[in-house]
Amino acid sequence: MTLFNHYSALFFSGFGYTILASLIALVASLILGTFFALLQLSKKRFLAMLGNAYVQFLRNVPLLIITLFFYLAVAKVIKMTGFVSGTVALSLYTSAFIAESVRAGILAIDHGQMEGALANGLSYGQAMSRVVLPQAFKVALPSLGNQLINLVKNSSILAFVGGLDLMYQGNLVAASSFDTFTSYLVVGLFYLVLTLPLSYVMQYLEEHLQESR
Amino acid sequence: MEKNKKRLFGMVAALLLVLFLLLLGFWAANRAHENKRHQDTLERVKKTKMIHWGVKTDTKLFGLVNTKSGQSEGFDVDLAKALTKQIGKQLGLELTPSFTPVNASSKVQLLKNTNIDGVMAVMTITKERAKVVDFSNPYFPAGNALLVRKDSGVQSIKDLNDPSKTILIALGTTAADTVKKEAPKAKVLALQDYASAMQALKAGQGQAIVTDNAILYGLVAENPDYQVVGGIMGYAPYGIAFDHNQPGMVKQANQALESLEKDGTYNTLIKKWFSQVPGLDLSQLEVQS
Repeated sequence: MTLFNHYSALFFSGFGYTILASLIALVASLILGTFFALLQLSKKRFLAMLGNAYVQFLRNVPLLIITLFFYLAVAKVIKMTGFVSGTVALSLYTSAFIAESVRAGILAIDHGQMEGALANGLSYGQAMSRVVLPQAFKVALPSLGNQLINLVKNSSILAFVGGLDLMYQGNLVAASSFDTFTSYLVVGLFYLVLTLPLSYVMQYLEEHLQESR
Repeated sequence: MEKNKKRLFGMVAALLLVLFLLLLGFWAANRAHENKRHQDTLERVKKTKMIHWGVKTDTKLFGLVNTKSGQSEGFDVDLAKALTKQIGKQLGLELTPSFTPVNASSKVQLLKNTNIDGVMAVMTITKERAKVVDFSNPYFPAGNALLVRKDSGVQSIKDLNDPSKTILIALGTTAADTVKKEAPKAKVLALQDYASAMQALKAGQGQAIVTDNAILYGLVAENPDYQVVGGIMGYAPYGIAFDHNQPGMVKQANQALESLEKDGTYNTLIKKWFSQVPGLDLSQLEVQS
């Protein structure tokens, strides 16, 4: 407790950066993920291959390597801080997993839905965004929830590149207070404060949407 | 109704789980606390006939893992081996050294948990640290210095005293205090270790690295485009760290250190490791007898 009081400013600033990084990555990865899921399912061979390559590549490389790639290599060309490179890497990495979830969701929707929408005069884009995708998201919700919680926890990757996030501050506190155990205990609690409500929101959405089906 | 009940149950269960984890955590912390109170390092060394040293794995010249053998090699490691032998002689026992990799944030915790007996890992003696660990006499003269690109035009840390400049340090080193004192306006970014700091410097994530001169010389030896400038900021020697309140072990270590300095072993090791550094005057490091 004394440790927390003493370093609370550090913890809260780290907490802020973790929330910010998570929010940005959440929005970005949902958009990117959906986009690449659609690419993967495209009738055009080339586009489908492109989407597939993107997902397979990002999904099968450790997050740390993607982060370091942006921090150490890309930063030489385009100036970016540790926070930016970490958040970009996190968005890309998570988007690959989200693409898989959304793709599974779309595949689970009966073909009749698409055919029916097309037969009623909607364009492919309209049919996708108005009819198929909303249903697909409902189906994909449990696994999307998983990805989002993972995203929040994975944001600790920022600590490796000086991203000022919760884990980074936790490292600093641990190193200067010499009380490694309590420092990381506090960090863990902060992550719980973020992820537990997120879990409940996802659960609530699941139940709520189930009813409206 | 049924659903609400279920949700309530889930929430209560989650809360209970968190509470349980917390209690477990505090219990473990307490146990660790008690552990350290009852353990005498010297007694443990005598009983196990071993000294477990915490050494660096990423610091050239002091403790750097040899990729062939998988073992740390460097001045710290060699001195720890010599000290183990000497302490063994003093106790009339055959002692074997063993080495555990440590980093800045784990070294003290590992001492407290008694995973290791002593830390020999480029650790600067400071007042704050002396509150939680016991230090031996200084075993290596060091001080913070500045590493920059040769073509950067930076001559001293004063050139970096500006909010637009970023100074890179390694986590849990004394460099943070030095920068705060010498260049309070500069931004400070802590990386995981010296290797990461060097990579970040190369990638342009900062303008300079501040850390101990001896470590910077090791980095220069591998990266000829970089140089150490501005001289030493404050004398801050290294010491061997033991768990708090271990007068027996500290006394043995100091005695052994003195013997090694007298019989020339210390100077031999200094020569072995530091004669390869360009532009370093060895007589600054050697002990005059």
